[in-house]
Amino acid sequence: MSQSYSQNAEKIDVRYVAHLARLHLSDEETKQFQPQLEHILGYVHQLSELNVDGVEPTAQAFPLNNVLRRDEVRPSMDRDKALANAPVERQGQFVVPKIIE
Amino acid sequence: MSTLHKLTVHEVSDLLARGECSSEEFVHHLINMITVTDLQVQAYLDVDSARAMTDAQAADKARAAGDKRPLLGVPIAVKAVLNVAGWPCNCGSKILQGYLSPYDATAIARLRQQGAVIVGQTNMDEFAMGSSTENSAYQVTKNPWNIKCVPGGSSGGSAAAVASHEAIAALGTDTGGSIRQPASFCGCVGLKPSYGRVSRYGLVAYASSLDQIGPITKDVRDAALLLQAIAGVDPMDSSSVDKLVPDYLSALTPDLKGMKLGLPKEYFIEGLDPEIDRAVKAAVDQCRQLGAEIVEVSLPHTQYAIATYYVIATAEASANLARFDGVRYGARVEGEDPIDMYGKTRAAGFGTEVKRRIILGTYVLSSGYYDAYYLRAQKVRTLIRNDFVKAFEKVDAILTPVAPTAAYRIGEKTADPLQMYLGDIFTVTANLAGICGISVPCGFTSSKLPVGLQVLGPAFKEENILRVAHAYEQATEWHKMVPDTCCNV
Repeated sequence: MSQSYSQNAEKIDVRYVAHLARLHLSDEETKQFQPQLEHILGYVHQLSELNVDGVEPTAQAFPLNNVLRRDEVRPSMDRDKALANAPVERQGQFVVPKIIE
Repeated sequence: MSTLHKLTVHEVSDLLARGECSSEEFVHHLINMITVTDLQVQAYLDVDSARAMTDAQAADKARAAGDKRPLLGVPIAVKAVLNVAGWPCNCGSKILQGYLSPYDATAIARLRQQGAVIVGQTNMDEFAMGSSTENSAYQVTKNPWNIKCVPGGSSGGSAAAVASHEAIAALGTDTGGSIRQPASFCGCVGLKPSYGRVSRYGLVAYASSLDQIGPITKDVRDAALLLQAIAGVDPMDSSSVDKLVPDYLSALTPDLKGMKLGLPKEYFIEGLDPEIDRAVKAAVDQCRQLGAEIVEVSLPHTQYAIATYYVIATAEASANLARFDGVRYGARVEGEDPIDMYGKTRAAGFGTEVKRRIILGTYVLSSGYYDAYYLRAQKVRTLIRNDFVKAFEKVDAILTPVAPTAAYRIGEKTADPLQMYLGDIFTVTANLAGICGISVPCGFTSSKLPVGLQVLGPAFKEENILRVAHAYEQATEWHKMVPDTCCNV
């Protein structure tokens, strides 16, 4: 439980990564996250100590393959219900800002 | 009438079956208790008294017609991350303010099929990201044993509600310890089922390869009862596993004869509070006296679990939370174009810890870092999982502390996220390995805060951990303690 890994801290471009995540950050948030994330990544860096040659990655503990169901029409949620939580809705559809000029 | 709210699920069930009280009377009493106690504890985000009373009346009618289901008319609280038709499901986040669930989660539907009455939704860390429930956008839930302390998290509302007897039992969710740790901090029982044991349909996803739904209860028998109700394969969740659900109640025995229990040295390390160490070691002795054979086991990759967990969980979270973009549900902040709208909506809707984890998760998945962080963490996850596979070749269950410390003061750890993460060291391993685990009360610190014993079992061997936890619990008095915040009128 030591923090001795911090010296290996990675530089992270918080603003760029936030852009990838479609998340606007304030200047204060960027300033606050920068050292915190580098501290955390420095700690995570200890994973590189381990030899993982030939080790298969685990995506989930009990992988199930080919979970199939019959290809048949089943009732789904009706449109009004699906639209009930929409922030903006018009003519039975979700409204978004204009995409194409 | 006055102490009805202190009963367990099986006691309420018996009481109702004997006709000594109606579900309507019982639920009415419980709601009165919530009204008083929750002013202080703030465990609930929403209580739907009208719906609960209607459902209780329906349960009474069914009983009069001969219905004998074990959960019939028994009130249960649920964490606000589970969809309950017609109710909010805000996940402790502003971004879902105003959202109303269009359907019941499978776990909720199964509780209803057993006749349970769902009373309300409990507070939580935003999107289950946190270990103290301080990350809720709505309120700070207090630990019923000391209102200056956190209840643990992320299912802190559920644990605090059960501990203060504002709930007879509750559902929580556990991605890295979020059922077991708050149960331990609040002195209740909390069970994380094996990955695939309980359907997650209708659970708002945090980290899909780790999330499980499970019960937080006043005793182990109740945990068995609730697990029985919610376990089993579901066509709506393709990660649920089609394995027979055994009769968990029949696994409960008064002794532990013939059982082999492992003690991993990697869980008794520097940084473990000496008071916790003593309480857990005393519990181990008690298990020995109950007939179990105690052997040492090794889980050599434990020290890498926190790093592995926070890479995998945040990576999955960054993908899962991409759906909150202001288009289909939740809050929206208008922008010049869709990208601008997403960015502004998410900036306004998410809290600090959620933003931090989204950025961390996006980073470890981004081009150039994927192999070094995410893929490597998935490989280390294999090593951690193999540690358990090997250990369970020798033993039926493993005994450990739940957390390195008891509940800490509100605000004590919020400034340093990594310190907060390190508190999850003993619980994240079970999620990474997909195995089951239970927290059961095993004592108090000198400042009268509860301590939990964790019992870990092989995947789909919930009966093992229930048996150990039950025999231990019945041989001790810890689970009978009641905090002062509990309404005693």
